[in-house]
Amino acid sequence: MEIVIIFTIFFYLMSTAAYFAYLFLQKNYLNRAGYFLLIAGFLCNSAAIFYGFLKSGLIPVHNLHETLVIVGWSIACVFIIFQYKFNLRILGIYAAPIAAIVMIFASQVSSEPVQVKNIVNNFWLIFHIASIFIGEAFFVLAGGLGCMYLAQEHAIKAKKHGFFFRRLPSLELLDTAGYNCIVVGFTMLTIGLATGLVYAQMVWGKFWSWDPKEVWSGITWLLYAALLHGRFTVGWRGRKAAIMAIIGLAALLFTFFGVNFFLDGHHGEFTRL
Amino acid sequence: MLDIVLLGLNHKTAPIELRELLSFSKEETVAVMEGLQKCPDINEVMLISTCNRVEVLLTTSNTINSVNSVKTHISEFKKIPISKFEDAFYTHDGKDAVRHIFRVASSLDSMMVGEPQILGQIKDAYLTTILKKTSGVILNRLLHKTFFVAKRVRSETGIGDHAVSISYAAIELARKIFGNLEGKKVLLVGAGEMAELAVEHLIRNRTGEIFVANRTFERGVELSNKFKGKAIRIEEIPDCLKVVDIIISSTGSPNFVIVRDQVKGVMRSRRNRPIFFIDIAVPRDIDPDINRLNNSYVYDIDDLKGVIEENIKDRNKESIKGERIVDEAVISFQHWYESLEVVPTIVALRNKIDTIARTEVDKTLQSLNNLSDNDCQAIHRMTNSLINKILHDPTIFLKSDGCYGDRFAYIDLTRRLFNLDD
Repeated sequence: MEIVIIFTIFFYLMSTAAYFAYLFLQKNYLNRAGYFLLIAGFLCNSAAIFYGFLKSGLIPVHNLHETLVIVGWSIACVFIIFQYKFNLRILGIYAAPIAAIVMIFASQVSSEPVQVKNIVNNFWLIFHIASIFIGEAFFVLAGGLGCMYLAQEHAIKAKKHGFFFRRLPSLELLDTAGYNCIVVGFTMLTIGLATGLVYAQMVWGKFWSWDPKEVWSGITWLLYAALLHGRFTVGWRGRKAAIMAIIGLAALLFTFFGVNFFLDGHHGEFTRL
Repeated sequence: MLDIVLLGLNHKTAPIELRELLSFSKEETVAVMEGLQKCPDINEVMLISTCNRVEVLLTTSNTINSVNSVKTHISEFKKIPISKFEDAFYTHDGKDAVRHIFRVASSLDSMMVGEPQILGQIKDAYLTTILKKTSGVILNRLLHKTFFVAKRVRSETGIGDHAVSISYAAIELARKIFGNLEGKKVLLVGAGEMAELAVEHLIRNRTGEIFVANRTFERGVELSNKFKGKAIRIEEIPDCLKVVDIIISSTGSPNFVIVRDQVKGVMRSRRNRPIFFIDIAVPRDIDPDINRLNNSYVYDIDDLKGVIEENIKDRNKESIKGERIVDEAVISFQHWYESLEVVPTIVALRNKIDTIARTEVDKTLQSLNNLSDNDCQAIHRMTNSLINKILHDPTIFLKSDGCYGDRFAYIDLTRRLFNLDD
């Protein structure tokens, strides 16, 4: 098991290296190498998850280790799809290291499964977990695209055309790509929350129990909803949308980690150290 | 042995007044080349005339005589005394001439390093040469190598990257903002050479509708016809801002033509779609404060000049790589050129036939083991005399003066026919 995780980390790190080399040297084969190394890592990562699934018969999200492995997997998966669609090469220097760091972090925390009561492994739970993680991975990409947008916008406005100006794509592409990420992420998050509610009703007999994770998920959902609403009605785009995507990512990270570390609730067991 | 000679002048050695005097039209080029080919010392000749350079590339058996005849010829043709342009002339021969033509075609010797036109101009000049049959084996080979080197320099270095003219720099910026310029609407305020050039570049990028606003409406209509656009009155500009994406302004107005509040007012109805102002006018037409608004970008002439300066610095850095590629090519050309000597070719030909014969004879003798030593020696003797007899006529032919002038063609043919360069 460990060895698969190590391979995953290795491939993600190699991919990161290739993407950084691409950033400096701008040779196409480096970009391709980065992409394929990431896919290799992704396959190893999938194997690790599949192994966990076979062992327990449940989606392996029973402790921080397993959860992080899924986070790394989601980010790699979403980036691979995204790259295929938009061919936004430079994003590799963001996605690959994040996947690598998440996996390194995962390998460092204990992988002792927590004993949880009341887990009913059904369709709703699988759906809940899968869509939430994929959705969140899209938000992570959107946050990165937001940062790139701000950097590129600054370069254009300040008329300082340095290293990144040459390498970053057009504002329009960054904006559209970020917007698409948020639309997909938001759809997945909505599905994830809805299935979560249904699941809660089935297991605990109520849809909403004011669990901190639920509350914060709701807040995150509202933030992204506001962002999309602004875009539809008054055309929030560019800088404002980029900043919102970054704020949304911060809220998301707090929902994921902060709530578990500082607050209590029925998701806590899965993500506590 | 013929020598490759290149002589002429360029923007570094001659002022524009002199270059104008010495520039040749296409018909003149043909006439000069035909005239020069009649000179007894000149073997092959090619003339390149662009706005920045006039150069004659030739092969000759007598460098000094042919340089003088080129100068006299030009002086007679243009009716200018030699003394007037002699100081501006440079003469390169051999390796230096090869390097020079490589550098020129690769745009390493251009006024603006990396500008792409020069390669096309040399190709045109070469085409004329081909049609008039004034080039031979050496120049043909040299020019093909030249085009190859130029292509390599362009694709392997960044000397052609990034704009070095105001209008191109503006287009490049627009691309960084909008990504694809297709369908983007353009407003041209005022007129001027640079602004019109920028609009032409934009049209080439398949932008959408073009609006033209001018102080005198008639002139505006005239311009809009040129770009197949729509003329509007100056007063209509604020309304127009709701729909256009790129504004190019170059009026003579002493005040701002477009101010911050006008743009701020339309951003809502534009749904915050980005808007890009290119201000080429001095004094400026566009309020620089507009740059502070979200999703609107303003570049004035100084900003664009700043961008260009950076790009030029980059190109110069890249040209070092280009020089390296040129050096490599000079060495490999030199190698080929030296192989055109008669003696090495004959030796190589003999070695080749010799090796083949020896291998085959050895193979045959191995399978015929009942032969005596005397028999073997007889076979060897017969082989040697076969080789000598076969090579006798070609050797005489290559050495003879009968093929003089075209000797290089025959040597080259021999080398290719027998594949001697591998």
